[in-house]
Amino acid sequence: MSLVTETTALPAERFRVTRSRRNVAWTGVGALIVVVVLAYFPYIVYSGTTAILVQAFIVLTMASMWNLLAGYAGLVSVGQQAFVGLGAYFVLILALHGTSPFAALPVAAIGCGVAALPMWWLVSRLRSGYFAIATWVLAATTMLIIEKFSSIGGGTGMPLPGFAGLDPTLLTAYTYWAGLAVTVVALVGIYLLLRGRLGLVLTAIRDDEAAARSSGARVGLARMLVFVVAGAGCGAAGALLAISQLQVQPGAVFSVQFTAEMAFVTIIGGLGTIEGPIVGTAVYMILQQTLASYNAWYLIILGLVAIVVTLFARRGLWGLVDTHLNVRLFPVGYYLRLDEERPRALRVLPRRG
Amino acid sequence: MAWVNAIIQGVLVGGLYALFACGLSLMFGVMKVVNLAHGDLAVVAGYLAIGVITVTHIPVLWSFLVVVPLMAVLGYVLQRTILQGALDRSVLATLMVTFGLSVVIENGLLQFFTANSRAIGTGLALVSGSFSIGSQIQIGYLLVVVFAVAVIVLLGLQYFLSATKYGRLIRAVADDREAAQLAGADYRHVFGIAAAIAFGTVALGGIAYGMYSQLQPTTGTDTILLFAFAAVVIGGLGSLWGTLLGGVVLGVAQQIGAQISISDETLAGFIVFLAVLALRPQGLISRGAQS
Amino acid sequence: MSPEPNGERPDGAAPLLEVRDLVVHHGQLRALDGISLRVLPGEVYAIIGANGAGKSTLLRTIVGLHSPTAGSVFFDGKDVTRVRPERRATRGIVMVPEGRRLFESLSVEENLKVGATYSRPGPWTIERVYEMFGWMRERRRQPTAQLSGGEQQTVAIGRALVANPRVLLLDELSLGLAPVVVQRIYGMLPQIMATGLTVLLVEQDVSQALRVASHIHCLLEGRTTLVGTPASISADQVEAAYFGLASAAAPGAAPEEGEA
Repeated sequence: MSLVTETTALPAERFRVTRSRRNVAWTGVGALIVVVVLAYFPYIVYSGTTAILVQAFIVLTMASMWNLLAGYAGLVSVGQQAFVGLGAYFVLILALHGTSPFAALPVAAIGCGVAALPMWWLVSRLRSGYFAIATWVLAATTMLIIEKFSSIGGGTGMPLPGFAGLDPTLLTAYTYWAGLAVTVVALVGIYLLLRGRLGLVLTAIRDDEAAARSSGARVGLARMLVFVVAGAGCGAAGALLAISQLQVQPGAVFSVQFTAEMAFVTIIGGLGTIEGPIVGTAVYMILQQTLASYNAWYLIILGLVAIVVTLFARRGLWGLVDTHLNVRLFPVGYYLRLDEERPRALRVLPRRG
Repeated sequence: MAWVNAIIQGVLVGGLYALFACGLSLMFGVMKVVNLAHGDLAVVAGYLAIGVITVTHIPVLWSFLVVVPLMAVLGYVLQRTILQGALDRSVLATLMVTFGLSVVIENGLLQFFTANSRAIGTGLALVSGSFSIGSQIQIGYLLVVVFAVAVIVLLGLQYFLSATKYGRLIRAVADDREAAQLAGADYRHVFGIAAAIAFGTVALGGIAYGMYSQLQPTTGTDTILLFAFAAVVIGGLGSLWGTLLGGVVLGVAQQIGAQISISDETLAGFIVFLAVLALRPQGLISRGAQS
Repeated sequence: MSPEPNGERPDGAAPLLEVRDLVVHHGQLRALDGISLRVLPGEVYAIIGANGAGKSTLLRTIVGLHSPTAGSVFFDGKDVTRVRPERRATRGIVMVPEGRRLFESLSVEENLKVGATYSRPGPWTIERVYEMFGWMRERRRQPTAQLSGGEQQTVAIGRALVANPRVLLLDELSLGLAPVVVQRIYGMLPQIMATGLTVLLVEQDVSQALRVASHIHCLLEGRTTLVGTPASISADQVEAAYFGLASAAAPGAAPEEGEA
């Protein structure tokens, strides 16, 4: 008696590894069209609409960053508002010294990325739950420290200089374009980052950290990189916030509400996919516009929906679409394709919540 | 002398912080859940106490007897339903659910009670009175009582965990959930008990805080949660008395900061926390690894 | 008596513990592929097999820590496949898990007390465990981390005994222990079983298993390759079943593929 198991082995040449199921060129073209159309908005819509869209850009950028942290690197941060605030204050400080706030925006982003390093050093050794609260404490501490400097407004804040003489319509337009630029850079940046080696390393870490380490993946480095990028991204959003509000108040820019928005938007839209935050932001904006006058309500509803989604629909709204329609607009996984056939399910999926 | 006064204040308020912290620490030790809504529950308890007193006109101190058991039951129910559901999913799920609860509670309180601060007035000499040591040290009765209560609660908790059937079960489940199941213990029930204790102690702290200071919808996170966590880290995980020490160190640091500049009170506490995090992550009294 | 292919017990006695066509998966891996067995009251039923054969998975599924994809577990004639592990323990299925798994922050006595928390009525008490293992009484307040491997193993057994099980499951007792210690522990089995216990054990040490068992069941890659009493099977048959080697046709040879 022998124990031979039969396998139907197919010759290796018949397999191909591809990055997506359909031709992603169409998605790229579609995205480009969307961006171009959006860029024309200041010429064709009211400034009220562009202002709302700027808000959407801010939320989308922050949510994408939070998604990168929690959905791909497994880092749940409840303190990203630290970078939002720092981004705003970077712009304020530079503007007070004569720089145009728009020029200060990229500097703010980089500055926040740098600021993320010592923060990472402080909290990186903590386990998940404690990591989360520690980031919150860091954010609160950052705010308290900033509040001590009356030259930048102290505890009450101050208006953002640097726009003197600028026509309001132009200002709105520039703000809008800045917002669009930040969002596009953020999304494209995340997409490229995850398509590359970092994405592979993060998936490996997610699947089996010990194995990932022993096969050479620099686990700590990968996570740190993600934390820094997320810091920079939230910093850019904060800078945008300062520009759009024309003032910087510590209580407003360091509010944990931002984390609540980031997290809930991502969860509802779909954690661990690049499309998720986009869907979530859309939901968020609709909710906010509908309940505009009931300030606390939209957060209450958002929170409740996020709880429900976490417990019952883990993959969020985009997850439902993805499951039923098999669509990936931003393909970062790998598919094993048999010649002529529909690809098999060798899907290397990012972390699920 | 103002410094001596400040240090004594700090030590005493440390008891209150320890009361906030022990529930947080218990839930993490047993279920590996960091309840981000922990502080908000204390505030809910405070508002509940105010509500109960206003509606039923019972003596203020009786509010403890009503609200604390109520919160404990709430803790058991919440744990068996929502938190267990999240636990079964992932760590992220527990963080998101508790964070969601925190946001919902805070904004709910904001919506219904506005951002005005409230206090639980007792009208008793207990609250407003104080005694003096020598001519320059003045200590409020309330704070001394709160500290004494905190110590008693911690002693009680210590005894419960070391000498009773459920205390043993809680420790066993925390050590090895499956082995406890093999011994016939339903870990979900044990988790519920631990959550009940956590909710009860933090409710106690919340009502006491409402008497000692003011309650606002955001107090739960700004003050209670972050301070409780700071006390746990400074004191080291896994030790109830470490939590008390952590609370005391935090309180003293805050009072010293307040002496330097009144607005530096909270910041001073956080800086000590960050220093401990940087230099000695295990805390002052460590038992077992943290990270 | 020739080894039975399907775990059928020709004597017709009612089994205390029964497993029918159990299929268990670990993710996509099929760990157990149609296992059946019957354990009669009062016997020592040993499951042997190489690493990865599925032995511990089988025990874990019987005790409820793992859910089967298909098949069922019967205890005392009742289907317990959907019953939670802690409820199975209170019904009398108690396991001493692989690696001892004592409660490390608890003392020896506290470990026993936890074991006794939900015990069934019966002869085993903490007192009786102390009588059987004298040294435990002196060191009952010691944290279990300070005990030697063999001592920890006996505490783990004691913890299981005080629950007054009807069937005691032993998962890889010998792991990490010196042979002398292992023999001594297994030597206590008769004394333990004198109170009317049935034992189902998993053991990598085949000779040890053959010494204590009244019935042997060999697994290989999730399938049954040999079942029978130690008296009725030869060393060659055991070896063949254990390693999955093609064996010369002998009277009462191991079952053909697909029958197990």
